[in-house]
Amino acid sequence: MRKPIAARSVQAVAVVSLAALALTACASSSKGSAGSSASSGSSGGPPITIGVSLSLTGDFSADGKAFQQGYELWANETNAHGGLLGRQVKLNIVNDASSPVQVATNYQKLISVDHVDLVFGPFSTLLTKAASQVVARYGYAFVEGAGGGPSVFTSGLTNVFDVSLPVVNNLVSFANWLAAMPAGTRPQTAAYATQDDPFTAPQLDKARTILEAAGIKTVYNKVYPSETTDYGPIAAGIISSNADVVLAGTLLPDISAFVKQFVQQNYNPKALIATAGPDQGAQFVQNVGAAHTEGIMVPNEWYPTATTPGNQDMVAAYIKAYGGTPQDISSDVPEGYAVGEVTAQAVKNINSLDQTKLIAELHKGTYQTVQGPVKFDSTGQNTLAFSYVFQWQKQALIPYQPDSSQMLQPVPPATEAVLYPKPAW
Amino acid sequence: MSTQIAKAIVDGILTGGVYALMAAGLTLIFGVMEIINIAQGILVVLGAYLSYVLQVHLGIDPFIGLFFTIPIMFLLGVGIEWVFIRRLRPQNRTALSILVTFAVAIVIEGLLTLFFSADLRTLNAWYIDESVHVFGFYLPYIYLFGFGLAVVLLGALYLFLYRTRTGFSIRASVQNRTGAELIGIDINRVSAITFGIGVGVTAAGGMVFGATNSFNPNSGYDLISRLLVIVVLGGLGSVGGALIAAVAAIVIEDVTAVVWSPVWASTMFFGVLILVLLIRPNGLFGQQAARAQ
Repeated sequence: MRKPIAARSVQAVAVVSLAALALTACASSSKGSAGSSASSGSSGGPPITIGVSLSLTGDFSADGKAFQQGYELWANETNAHGGLLGRQVKLNIVNDASSPVQVATNYQKLISVDHVDLVFGPFSTLLTKAASQVVARYGYAFVEGAGGGPSVFTSGLTNVFDVSLPVVNNLVSFANWLAAMPAGTRPQTAAYATQDDPFTAPQLDKARTILEAAGIKTVYNKVYPSETTDYGPIAAGIISSNADVVLAGTLLPDISAFVKQFVQQNYNPKALIATAGPDQGAQFVQNVGAAHTEGIMVPNEWYPTATTPGNQDMVAAYIKAYGGTPQDISSDVPEGYAVGEVTAQAVKNINSLDQTKLIAELHKGTYQTVQGPVKFDSTGQNTLAFSYVFQWQKQALIPYQPDSSQMLQPVPPATEAVLYPKPAW
Repeated sequence: MSTQIAKAIVDGILTGGVYALMAAGLTLIFGVMEIINIAQGILVVLGAYLSYVLQVHLGIDPFIGLFFTIPIMFLLGVGIEWVFIRRLRPQNRTALSILVTFAVAIVIEGLLTLFFSADLRTLNAWYIDESVHVFGFYLPYIYLFGFGLAVVLLGALYLFLYRTRTGFSIRASVQNRTGAELIGIDINRVSAITFGIGVGVTAAGGMVFGATNSFNPNSGYDLISRLLVIVVLGGLGSVGGALIAAVAAIVIEDVTAVVWSPVWASTMFFGVLILVLLIRPNGLFGQQAARAQ
């Protein structure tokens, strides 16, 4: 007997919904399952599973993908050299869709249901903060590379370890450089625009303090919601201020929009620095146009030609796996890679996966990574990290560090002098 | 400050044209079929990706590429209507359409993620970076061209609806679906064409969106809430209302960001909707007004 129309409609809807769910599972989790490093179950025993929640979709997806690349490169490298404690490592990556709620749920499941042996951190201060409470509840060590905002370390947790630079100081070298300029060269005015984000806002606050103390007047200072999609009014405000220098607390989408607007409106600040975005390599170049990267600055602690232990091998492995050039590598990749390195070294030092022992070891050890040396203070921040200031010149990111008079000097083997004022678009 | 406000108004008008282009298909589909197309946001993104593929792989200018992307999206729209929408029971069509089109959106987003990953993309062309200097304002060419495209396409849509036999059929279906059937109008054909046109126009909106924004498969979620506000504000089913509502809402948002704060700009965008609906529950040019045109 032919089914009633209502039943057929419900059936059709159910089929569509199931198909959508299945395809969603394939699309958003395929990277997760595909992201699991090869694990053949070596003779050393079952693989060591490492649980990770990453932003494979949502606002942080560009960075989440780069972090996944970093973690996978580390896992593949580790497995190629016999694994960890004689066992292969296997990444169990799940998607948090850039959601603080989902990230907490993910780590809860990874630990309590999937019983992973280790966990690595997610992307962003926002998500690290949300996840750290859950991870602490289960007593796991939480080594991460992208949660450097001050609020991560003020919760009294002792299990969080950030292998990267504490972000509040990211713009200090840049601000000190401007402040130390001779009076005739020093900029007179500055504009600040930042997302309402625990990663970006503290950096601009600290930089503004330094610049205002040096007499550089603040002519524009706005905080905008991180959910903002139309950056036009904010860019228009910066342009209207006609500030000599612009400090932007951004990620890739907003700095790309700002640069586009600055180009369209023919606004040429003497210096333009962003907290993140210009460090995204090929994506940044594609989004703003190669011709418009010249002179844009970004703080970071890593660069492709750095001679830190293992860095050249990591760069070579990246190019082999993903193609492109060293300049195309997002700075998120070495951050993820360094998380793996620190965790592995700590595990080897104690020859155990016991989380309590691991946490104790992480608090006292010193580790070598592609980003440089790592040593954690009592709050879990890396005391040995150093922030370079990078500037795009001729489609390459040139690293600079301050000398004794706070002037920015190229880090060898680079020789290019810093561009100031920034060339016109 | 007055210069900044004037600039915000000019920018708002130009940006509003872009949003009108993205919203036109949504309001047309609802006006004829009473379908709330939640997939509109991702369809805009799909239009952007189609233009991106043509530009990157075939070197076709985004505007020229519309001669390909609009027909492709038209056929996609016809296909979506035939496979998913036509099967819905008329009594629960509107409510079920939300679920069905949401599922379609998820499928499209999944496919885009599979093929393009989550990397941010944008379209590139000389007119995206350059501006014309008029009375002290720099007016980006892309926004001028986009606004012009919106006027042309929406004007063409208006002529189609009011000067062609198929357009008469569509308008008859808007006014009285049963009556239209009784006089021999093929409602299924009308629905398919309407959905196809709605999605086809979205290709143009997607191209301009992709030229003025960085996008990835997730960008659709940010769009759909704003597009729904615009079509409700303009009056469901009124294409002209969508243009006016888009311009008005974006201008108010941009002026708020300048005069007050970017924090409150988005709030004002949605606040305008509430205010208008309190005074005119059908929106500025609601369906009652549309039927009277």
